[in-house]
Amino acid sequence: MSLGISAVLGVVNMLSSWPLLSVIIFLPLIGVLFLMLIRGDEQVVAANSRQVALWVSSFAFLLSLFLLWGFDPVATGYQFEEKAEWIAGSGITYHLGIDGISMPFILLSTFLTPLAILASWQAITHRVREYMIAFLVLEVMMVGMFASLDMLMFYLFFEGVLIPMFLIIGVWGGAERVYAAFKFFLFTLLGSVLMLVCMLYMYHVVGTTNIVALSGYDFLPAVQFWLFIGFFASFAVKVPMWPVHTWLPDAHVQAPTAGSMILAGVLLKMGGYGFLRFSLPMFPDASEYFAPFIFVLSVIAVIYTSLVALAQSDMKKLIAYSSVAHMGFVTIGIFSLNEQGIAGAMFQMISHGLVSAALFFCVGVVYDRLHTREIGAYGGVVDAMPRYASFFMFMMLASVGLPGTSGFVGEMLVLVGAWQASYWVAIFAATGLVLGACYMLWLYRRVVFGRAEKPEILELAPLNNREYVIFVPLTILVLWFGVYPSSLLDIMQGTVLDLLEISGAGTATQTALR
Amino acid sequence: MYQAIVFLPLLAAIAAGLFSLREQHSAAAFVTIGGVVTSLLLSCFAFVHIALGSNALTVEVARWIGSGDFQAHWALRFDTLTAVMLIVVTSVSACVHIYSVGYMSHDPSRARFMAYLSLFTFAMLMLVTADNLVQLFFGWEGVGVASYLLIGFWYHKESAHKAAMKAFVVNRVGDFGFALGIIAVFALVGSVQFDDIFDAVPLLVDSQISLFGMSLPALEVISVLLFIGAMGKSAQLGLHTWLPDAMEGPTPVSALIHAATMVTAGVFLVCRMSPVIEYAPVALDIITIVGASTAIFAATVGMTQFDIKRVIAYSTCSQLGYMFFAAGVSAYPAAMFHLTTHAFFKALLFLGAGSVIHALSDEQDLRRMGGIWRSVPVTYTMMWIGSLALAGFPFFAGFYSKDMILEAAYAAHSGPGMLAFWLGCAAALLTAFYSWRLLIMAFHGTPRASDEAMAHLHESPNVMTLPLIPLAIGAIFAGWVGYDMFVGHNYTAFWGDSIFILPQHQAMEAAHHVPTWVKLLPIGLAASGVFLAYICYRLKPELPGKIAGQFASLHRFFFNKWFFDELYDKIFVAPAVKIGKGLWLRGDKGTIDYFGPDGMSAMVHRISRSLVQIQTGYVYHYAFAMMIGVVILVSWYFSGFGGR
Repeated sequence: MSLGISAVLGVVNMLSSWPLLSVIIFLPLIGVLFLMLIRGDEQVVAANSRQVALWVSSFAFLLSLFLLWGFDPVATGYQFEEKAEWIAGSGITYHLGIDGISMPFILLSTFLTPLAILASWQAITHRVREYMIAFLVLEVMMVGMFASLDMLMFYLFFEGVLIPMFLIIGVWGGAERVYAAFKFFLFTLLGSVLMLVCMLYMYHVVGTTNIVALSGYDFLPAVQFWLFIGFFASFAVKVPMWPVHTWLPDAHVQAPTAGSMILAGVLLKMGGYGFLRFSLPMFPDASEYFAPFIFVLSVIAVIYTSLVALAQSDMKKLIAYSSVAHMGFVTIGIFSLNEQGIAGAMFQMISHGLVSAALFFCVGVVYDRLHTREIGAYGGVVDAMPRYASFFMFMMLASVGLPGTSGFVGEMLVLVGAWQASYWVAIFAATGLVLGACYMLWLYRRVVFGRAEKPEILELAPLNNREYVIFVPLTILVLWFGVYPSSLLDIMQGTVLDLLEISGAGTATQTALR
Repeated sequence: MYQAIVFLPLLAAIAAGLFSLREQHSAAAFVTIGGVVTSLLLSCFAFVHIALGSNALTVEVARWIGSGDFQAHWALRFDTLTAVMLIVVTSVSACVHIYSVGYMSHDPSRARFMAYLSLFTFAMLMLVTADNLVQLFFGWEGVGVASYLLIGFWYHKESAHKAAMKAFVVNRVGDFGFALGIIAVFALVGSVQFDDIFDAVPLLVDSQISLFGMSLPALEVISVLLFIGAMGKSAQLGLHTWLPDAMEGPTPVSALIHAATMVTAGVFLVCRMSPVIEYAPVALDIITIVGASTAIFAATVGMTQFDIKRVIAYSTCSQLGYMFFAAGVSAYPAAMFHLTTHAFFKALLFLGAGSVIHALSDEQDLRRMGGIWRSVPVTYTMMWIGSLALAGFPFFAGFYSKDMILEAAYAAHSGPGMLAFWLGCAAALLTAFYSWRLLIMAFHGTPRASDEAMAHLHESPNVMTLPLIPLAIGAIFAGWVGYDMFVGHNYTAFWGDSIFILPQHQAMEAAHHVPTWVKLLPIGLAASGVFLAYICYRLKPELPGKIAGQFASLHRFFFNKWFFDELYDKIFVAPAVKIGKGLWLRGDKGTIDYFGPDGMSAMVHRISRSLVQIQTGYVYHYAFAMMIGVVILVSWYFSGFGGR
């Protein structure tokens, strides 16, 4: 027993001297290397590619658990920090590190990637090797982005994410994949250009791209104003906020299931993460100035997209619109600029990452069997697939924010934060609770309940083991975070308080509270 | 031990859920009944120790949500209010569990049914033992989900899953208010824990919230928001439309959830929050008026319906109205007393109705019943007991509790109190009328059921009739036994700190000193109601039709439930989908995409073509359009969001 513990501790000690973050980020590239080396006919390549991608991404997930283990929630500042000269004398460095805000996202990324790969096990049959390479590169970019403490690195990873996702939609997507991929690219690119301009300006003024140094820098309020707008253009598209959300439904509808899982699960969180990492600490005055504007956009997003979701006849589109509504809560929480709001927004992002990935997988499961996403083509699925109906039910309830699931905690905390910032925002945002129940329950009713009359519904194959392997961990986590959310809130708390302190808003609201 | 009361049903539900995967029905029944009966026995001990022994206590279980000052933990609070609810919930639940074994014996997924029942019981117990508002909300939404699952249990039926969804969504409208209420409490007090809230409230009487441009008393706002939640769960006028439809669920569900326990959660919430609501006189008046209106509204609808379960459902709605106006005149103990007695006799009525339906091969229409009382003697007796208790005949349970409520309303000496008293009296007349209408139509007269159903006519098996006996005992004796304890002169000793009444609110004391006619009037009205029903449905069966013809429009108004469903459909349901479609096609596609990505790609095309045509003046159009766009944007910005 003690031998086992000391062995584990030995491993931890060894890992703490390692550049663990770099290892996690670049491990998938080794997988890519293996994938390129595979030889044989198409079947063999496909089968081996799946295995390699699954094992490599699972191993990356296991390694990332050491981050969780070694993370000290009480310590301030960044942990697992790595710093190396990159471009000598330029102030640009290779700089990695995590805090309570980025660590959960890294785990979310490494956790969802193997599940997404499993989800495409049978759905993807052509160019499997290239597909898997795209996914592994995507993982590199996602984790790298969350771990970067250098603005230039952040930018490279942030934009780099687009490329594999663009390919995943454009090559393995549905019939109108080119239009969707184009739209996705156009929206995100336009935002990014503005952000890049702002980054260049900031580097010009401060002389470094170190995020830690930039967070402490006092930009003039007038400068903050413009910089905020530049970054906002990029992050708002990613979230996506109304009215730059229209790329999302198309991208989701055309993307393969696994692509949607990662898109909704991780990529949408890049915007929220950007607000927390850049906008709030670097442009605190502008953040406060723009908060009402963002509240208005977010409230419109919650109500508008919920109503639009009601009108959808395509399952994926419906869930995509619901994502926009849920992300509206996130932006409300972030810009309420108080502890509950930001913690709630963080929690909502993680929860939405799990729940929406599961919901998109729910669609994928029946899509793989019936090859249609039309709600009208289903009805009575429960007869053929009772276990599937249970998982779907659970995730549907988590999506409408049932207490006891992770969905509730985030929404509740966001509303608590919003009420302190403005009653109006809380009241309007809370209508999302009602509207959310309407479209999700109606979707569930039309797809799952009723009497199965079409023969193809009765012949739907029940869930297989691979699908259980995807559903079960997601379900456990959603339940765990719903019953014991402190396990996540405790990790974030210190960082959230630091953030409020840096942005100066914290002290103001905290004293106003008392 | 205290944790076990709450968590045994949860464990049983999980176990039964696993058994249902392998279709092990008897194992599921055994484990759920075992769980809830054990929980009942422990609840009895808890009642003796806590309520009778005045030993309120709180059991910490685990941390839950903690972010800054916002701390909500899993903790179980046991005081008299909780102890009363524990007895009500576990005893009715135990009876319904046992009854269900018989009622659902032919259903292929009865194990799943038992699992849901136990899950519901767990959520309800969490609700009543909550020690903070957020945990109460957990139980609140938990019972909502269990109700959703059970209403839609027969998911093949379109009407069933439609009703299930309606119940959830309408409840969500109430929860919208409830959630905002919780948040407002936190913003005001800085805590969601009951003890902190109750300690802080007397100091916050003068605090204001500025809302909708007005400055409103904070406690009034909070009380009204919480009451909106209560209205949803307890099916009060405006948010009641889900309850009659919920009768699509199996009858044991109607008895447990939609009569005895879940729908009374709103009353429980109001009583639990009495230390806050007492300081909100306007909110109290609102509660009184809504309660009284519901009492009379539901009674008028109940007397015209033909579905046996819907009649009882409207009756439930009406009785919940009584409880609310009792709370509204600060007679919380009377509300809790009626809640308790009502749980017994209404569960009895529902299970009795289930037995009738079972006996007649799933017939629910009163017009196709009748003439069966000799064949189902036990059920018939039970329905009589339930109806006598409901109508408030002397020495049955409802007599004590309903009279107490009416006396308290009279004794409140306020405008809303008086309104509630008279509406309550009118509803008492109607209550007796529809109860005997139901009894006569279901059991007497010529048999109107199909020959096939009459051929299969049989009394229910013991497993279904035996659970009725404890409920019948409750329906007969609960009032007589509980009167002194719940609402007698010494009621404060029993309730302790769990219910708070301001000294100037004297309805409880004054209720014992009302004029004799106030005490006698309800009995007289009940007797006349029975008499009227006897004339209309026994002596002159052609009379109801004639009356309905004479007052056709009024009858149509009542029969169609005051057209609430049609109205809501017109105002909310249909427009929502239409607006959604409009926003999607005109907003997303027609505007954002048209000027955004699609427009941009089109523009690139056009620009490349127009480059050749610069001289022709096209470019000025673009420049002009762009200028106008910039001007609009800038002026909009500075007028709207610029001036923060």
